[in-house]
This record gives sequence, C-alpha cells and structure tokens, in this order.
Amino acid sequence: MSDLKHTALYELHRQCGANMVPFAGYSMPLNYRSGPLKEHRATRESAGLFDVSHMGQILVRPRDGMIARTARNLESLMPVELENLPVGRQRYALLTTANGCIIDDLIVARWNEYFGLVVNAATKHSDTSHLQRSMGADSDVSLLNDRSMLALQGPKSHAVLRAALGSLPQMRFMEVCSLPSRFGELWIARSGYTGEDGFEISVPDAEAENLARALLDREDVTFVGLAARDSLRLEAGYSLYGADIDTTTTVVEAGLAWSVSKSRRAGGSKEGGFPGAELISRQMAEGPPRRMVGLLPHGRILVRAGHKLFADRDGSVQVGVVTSGGFGATVSHPVAMGYVDAGITSDTTLYFRARGKLQPLGITSRQFTKTNLHKG
Amino acid sequence: MRYTKDHEWVALEHSQFSVGVTEYAAEQLGDVVFVELPEEGQRVEEGDEAVIIESVKAASEIVAPASGEIVEVNSDLEENPGLINEEPQGAGWIFRMVPDDPTDYDSFLDQDSYEMLIS
Repeated sequence: MSDLKHTALYELHRQCGANMVPFAGYSMPLNYRSGPLKEHRATRESAGLFDVSHMGQILVRPRDGMIARTARNLESLMPVELENLPVGRQRYALLTTANGCIIDDLIVARWNEYFGLVVNAATKHSDTSHLQRSMGADSDVSLLNDRSMLALQGPKSHAVLRAALGSLPQMRFMEVCSLPSRFGELWIARSGYTGEDGFEISVPDAEAENLARALLDREDVTFVGLAARDSLRLEAGYSLYGADIDTTTTVVEAGLAWSVSKSRRAGGSKEGGFPGAELISRQMAEGPPRRMVGLLPHGRILVRAGHKLFADRDGSVQVGVVTSGGFGATVSHPVAMGYVDAGITSDTTLYFRARGKLQPLGITSRQFTKTNLHKG
Repeated sequence: MRYTKDHEWVALEHSQFSVGVTEYAAEQLGDVVFVELPEEGQRVEEGDEAVIIESVKAASEIVAPASGEIVEVNSDLEENPGLINEEPQGAGWIFRMVPDDPTDYDSFLDQDSYEMLIS
C-alpha cells in the first residue's frame, strides 16, 4: 500500500472521511461518509465534485510550429478528424491497435498551439510512450506532472463554478478555455463522464486543494468518490476502459463506431490511415461478431461484471458476458452492459446465474438515464 | 441482545428471535440496494442462507442463527433497503423466527464477546 501515489487532494479526502482504496496506482476515494448512493443522486440533482487527478494530461506540441502536421500524426493513431477541429473544442477519440481494438479512449482538445489529451489513469504512461514512439521527431509529447484535475458534474455545476471563480466564459458542451483565476491558470472543459452538464478543470497542483475547498464550501456541492463515478457513467451508458473496452474489443463491437469521424470512414476524404482501419471499416459494413448492449435485469438481484449471459433457461448456451454491472441509483434498478453474440436480437430474454438460479434480463439501450448536456 | 460470529444480532422476545445485521456489518456492507427476504412460514435450519443483501459492493447472505420457522419479515425493507444502513439494530431488523429451541439464545455471543470479535 505504501507505494501508492497520492493526488494533491489526498489530505482533503482524508479530512472528508473518504474510504481510500488503491486504484490505478493511486490511493483514491471510493466514497465519503454519506455513501455512494447519495453521492450519485446528488450529482444528478445538484452538483458533484470528483478528484480525477489520477488521469493523464498529455500535451502534444509541434516542435516546428506546424500544428497541422501534429494533427495528421495524431490522426495516424486514432480514427478521428483533428486537422479541422476548431481551437477551443475537444473530441472523444480512441487509440487503436492494428486489429481494430482499443489501446485507450481519450479526449483530444485543440488549443492554440498544441493538442491537449486526457487519458485514463491506468494507461497514461503506456499511452505517453506509444505517442512518443509513434509521433516521430516532429512533435513533443509530455505527460504533465504538476497539474491536478477536478470534475464538477451536475445541473448546478455551471452556477457553482461561476460563483466560485467570479466569472466564467460562455461555453458549450465539449468546448475548452484557458482562464486566469485566483487558483492560477485553469484549463476548463465543459465535459465529463456522468451524462450531466459539467466541467473538467485542470488546475496547478499547488492550487488544487484551494479550488476544491472553494467548490465544496458551496452547499450545492457534494464530494463524490469512484463508486458513484462508476455507477453514474454506467447509467449514462459510457464505456469504462479496462472493463468494457480494451485491446481485445474492437471499436465496432464496443458500440463506439460513432466516434470514427466521417472523413476517416470508408468513402470519406481521409479514409483509413489509422491502425486497424481495414477491420473497423469491414465491421462497420458487415456488422461485428458480437456487440455491446445495455442489460436490464427483470428482478432486483444485481448482475455484475463477469456474469455469463445465457440464451436459455438451462444455462447451457452462453451467448455473452457482462462487462459492467451495478445499481443505477437514479433509475433505482440494477443496470449493466456487456457483449452479446451477433444474432441475439434485442427482444431476446437472456439469463445470468446468481444465488443458484437463472435470473432473467432484457436487452436495452445502454443509456439508462437521459443525458443532460449543455449543447447550447 | 446477543450476537453471532456471522455479524448478526438476535433479540429474544416472547420465545421469538428477531434478527438483523450488526452496525459493524452494515458499515462493511456499504449502501444496501436490495434485500431478498424469506417467506413467512418458511422452515430454516441453523446456518441456512435465509436472506440475500445486495449492496453497491457485493451480494451477501444472512444465515439463520438457529433452526426454526420464519414467522415475520420486515417488509419495509422492500421499499427502503437503506434502513439496514441507517438503523441496522432498529428499524432495519430483517426477520422474526420461532426457534425450535429458544435456549439456543444462550449460545450466542454477548456484547463484550462480540466487541472482542470485531476489535
């Protein structure tokens, strides 16, 4: 345990009664005293504050000032359009393998003179190496080690953040801005991973606790740990790297083909040119051998990651597996997602084995709650 | 009130046992989201799985502390399973049973012994 890293908010977590657990090499809050259900609901109803400082913030700068070349180099690693991504906007992207599988999912923001990437905690060092190896000498790739990241999520997050900072520029969903503040220079994105309106705020380490305290001082804000972060993203239908997607799941079967920019698809102006393009293009045309679906148990017994899915009441024919499952605190019902074989139609009743019995569940949309994003 | 090493409490009243989970157990369980209650009238043997508690963390079983018949279940838990977190040793009681042998009560742990167990 002693070799776990601490974020700049570690002491604050302890003071707030966090149950600290190891996560991706860090000691992170699983939940605070009020518990994950209340934290989940507070985020949907008001505003939740999350420490996501363990995630990787990577800057990719052109060495020669030619940002178009940096964009093209990044495009050679991920099936998104970046050359025409406007300054001040960000886009969801996937680093792909030659087999069309997923090295990581990330957010790419276009700043004036560079690209800013936010990647998963467990993969940030390997992503950095991958980028450094693949981008060549044209670009400088650096994983920042002096900035924290807070996520403020929920319908009241805009009002709360504006009040804490004194002012906040007009921003729509997936827009970014740099803002000088009494907490140093903040890099703010109107995005998140809960399905709610909200912000992800990169802040200098030295000011992270001050910013967190300023936000927590507002009565509308609840400190939220990893347990509720997971149930919130699951309810919103978002994939978790390492659970739902990884280097063995293809982009298409993971249900993430929507993130492949039009220009990079078959027939697009910049078709292909990324690892796994051939397989991804073929699966987009012909359908994948399995697909990611939402799963809604008929009963109230929870279905969890690793549960096998059967198409028959005897439990003899396995047709899929659950990759994420838990309790959706907003829908007040168990929710899950997982892979089912091609040919399993959405009206099929599936079964999982729990408590020695086969429990029925239905296939649904992955989005269990209505998202509430500020698309303006 | 007495306790078992499975972190249940047992209260004896009119030859019936009331059963729930201890405060310590409730804390370990985390937020409870569903309780699968036994049937009233169901016969149980000591150590049988009688109740399933689903929390955000995991499913846990509550075993019958003695052999006997379940005579009443706390149906409030169907609507409000969080009572187990809020008042595990009060409104969050789980079931009442008529034990075959009420003197089983004497074999359970007293407060001091239980506190030793969890310390």
